[in-house]
Amino acid sequence: MKYLKKAFNVFWKDLIIELRSKEMINTMIIFSILVVLISSFAFGQMSTEALDQIAPGVLWIAFIFAGMLGIGRSFISEKDQNCLRGNMLAPVDWSAIYIGKTIGNLFFMLIMELITLIIFVVIFDFGKILTKLPKLTIILLLGTLGFVSVGTLLSAISVNTKTREMLLPVLLFPVTIPVILPVVESTSQLITQEPNILPWIRILTAYDIIFFVLSALIFNYVVEE
Amino acid sequence: MRKDFGITKALKEININIDNFLSLVGPNGAGKTTLIKILSTTMKPTSGTAEINGVDIKKEPIKVREQIGVVSHQTYLYRDLTAKENLKFYARMYDIPKPEKRIKKLVTDHNLEKRLNDRVSEYSRGMKQKLSIIRALLHEPKVLLLDEPYTGLDQHANERLKNTLANFKDKTIIQTTHDLNRALEIGKQIAILSNGKIVYKTQKNDLDPIRFREIYEKKVKKR
Amino acid sequence: MGIIQKIFYYHVSSAWNAFLAFLIVAISSIIYLKTKENKWDIYALSSAEIGVIFSAITLITGSMWAKGSWNTWWTWDPRLTTALVMWLIYASYLTLRKSLKTEKKARLSAVFGIIAFTSVPITYLSIRIWPTIHPNLEFSLMLPAKMTLILSITAFTLLYIYLFHLRTKIEKTKEKIKKLKTTK
Repeated sequence: MKYLKKAFNVFWKDLIIELRSKEMINTMIIFSILVVLISSFAFGQMSTEALDQIAPGVLWIAFIFAGMLGIGRSFISEKDQNCLRGNMLAPVDWSAIYIGKTIGNLFFMLIMELITLIIFVVIFDFGKILTKLPKLTIILLLGTLGFVSVGTLLSAISVNTKTREMLLPVLLFPVTIPVILPVVESTSQLITQEPNILPWIRILTAYDIIFFVLSALIFNYVVEE
Repeated sequence: MRKDFGITKALKEININIDNFLSLVGPNGAGKTTLIKILSTTMKPTSGTAEINGVDIKKEPIKVREQIGVVSHQTYLYRDLTAKENLKFYARMYDIPKPEKRIKKLVTDHNLEKRLNDRVSEYSRGMKQKLSIIRALLHEPKVLLLDEPYTGLDQHANERLKNTLANFKDKTIIQTTHDLNRALEIGKQIAILSNGKIVYKTQKNDLDPIRFREIYEKKVKKR
Repeated sequence: MGIIQKIFYYHVSSAWNAFLAFLIVAISSIIYLKTKENKWDIYALSSAEIGVIFSAITLITGSMWAKGSWNTWWTWDPRLTTALVMWLIYASYLTLRKSLKTEKKARLSAVFGIIAFTSVPITYLSIRIWPTIHPNLEFSLMLPAKMTLILSITAFTLLYIYLFHLRTKIEKTKEKIKKLKTTK
């Protein structure tokens, strides 16, 4: 209980900082809206059938690349004044820090996804995706959780390199393919056909668990000095 | 205890018992920070171990962390949070039962109550360091580890920090510094760390500063 | 299918070597984190390099075979995609190693070496999870073909062991030289 409270405390602190500076969330949202806009210039004249085909791709490209921007920054505030070490001096297993950071990244990414989705529906006149909202929500939640689980761990690794944010996409994108593939496939099924997304959800859940547990177990080795 | 980084050996055999106030002096790269990191359990020794209040740093690091407070030249404070928010955050990380009361008491003791709701980014270096000490004292640690706490402080802030430290009669304190004067000013024991080894150690009472300076020059130059 | 089918022996054996190499990376990485002994870091690095080469060979030979029998170099298929991604992940593992300069290099690489391994089972199992056009080895092979395949896999495994030995030797020599230089 104490452990979870401390993990949540880490998230709470990040939330206050983010509400004050809005650095991460603003960048993420503006970036993802830009992706949607550029896609609408490029694909706006297409027929409805063609749009159905590319819609999941546009959405997830926006989510993933914007998410990558945000996640890449999640340990940078800790590096200034070495706050990460301050956190590590607290009497709790360091995985609590990982969990707090992951909750934060998940939260910020979901907000960004919600806003992007609204913009997407408006710009592409794509209201039909909202009729399958419960299923879409499940896909969004599971997909984002898997992505953020590894992302948080890898961003803790990449802050140690010279290239920092530049390296993160190179590491994160291929690793999370087992999550991205099912997510894009099942989103596209939601749009185009009578959806049978259960097999995809299974793979997603399996990889969410693997990624989250593995990252939480291994995080101690990343932050240890 | 020992610590190796790849093939470089940062700390060679270190064997010391500390029970009161130890000042550890040594040039840059002698291994002072490494020693503090190991004692505060954020870094693991390559071999050997240490005990703090009878608790092994390798076997029960979390229990060790309950008993130590660390002040470094880095403050560990978030610049976008106010002083109060910073302290509250750390208080929760240490499970302090009545955080508000504890914070209030410490802040009043250190004369910071007027600026409690200011953001840390608006603080001067000396104020930040003061706040950093409050942060380290939140959970009433029995042991204080100070890693170059004087870096960037002006004369005035220096004096204040020294007086604060002199008042902690019931705590075991280890401070590291590269500055001989600071080491000589305060503390009961003094030791020289050079090239990963304790090369000299003495009680401070029977110490002539000028002679100590000579010893330091000799010991450190030898490397 | 004629002569083009002969590429299959190289293709499968290289894939086998890649899987083996990446398994060794993961195991060495775990042991490194437990023991912090430098040699396990060297084993992980050596095995990753060999694995990247062999998975590249797998991709190239596969592409050649596909041109012959599917009449296209590359196609969207789960097996092909996951195999390419696996190669990318280990290529980025090597990139990460290059850009880490601190004393934490070995430890952080080991962490990524473990995470990277999550791509291996999905590549291996992809032909069972998804409908795919990639041929499945469980199709019964004729006995002579089976014998040849076993022989070539054995040969490739020996090649892996030899390369691994060479690569670790280079790394160990490098370290010795460094040590000599610093103690002087």
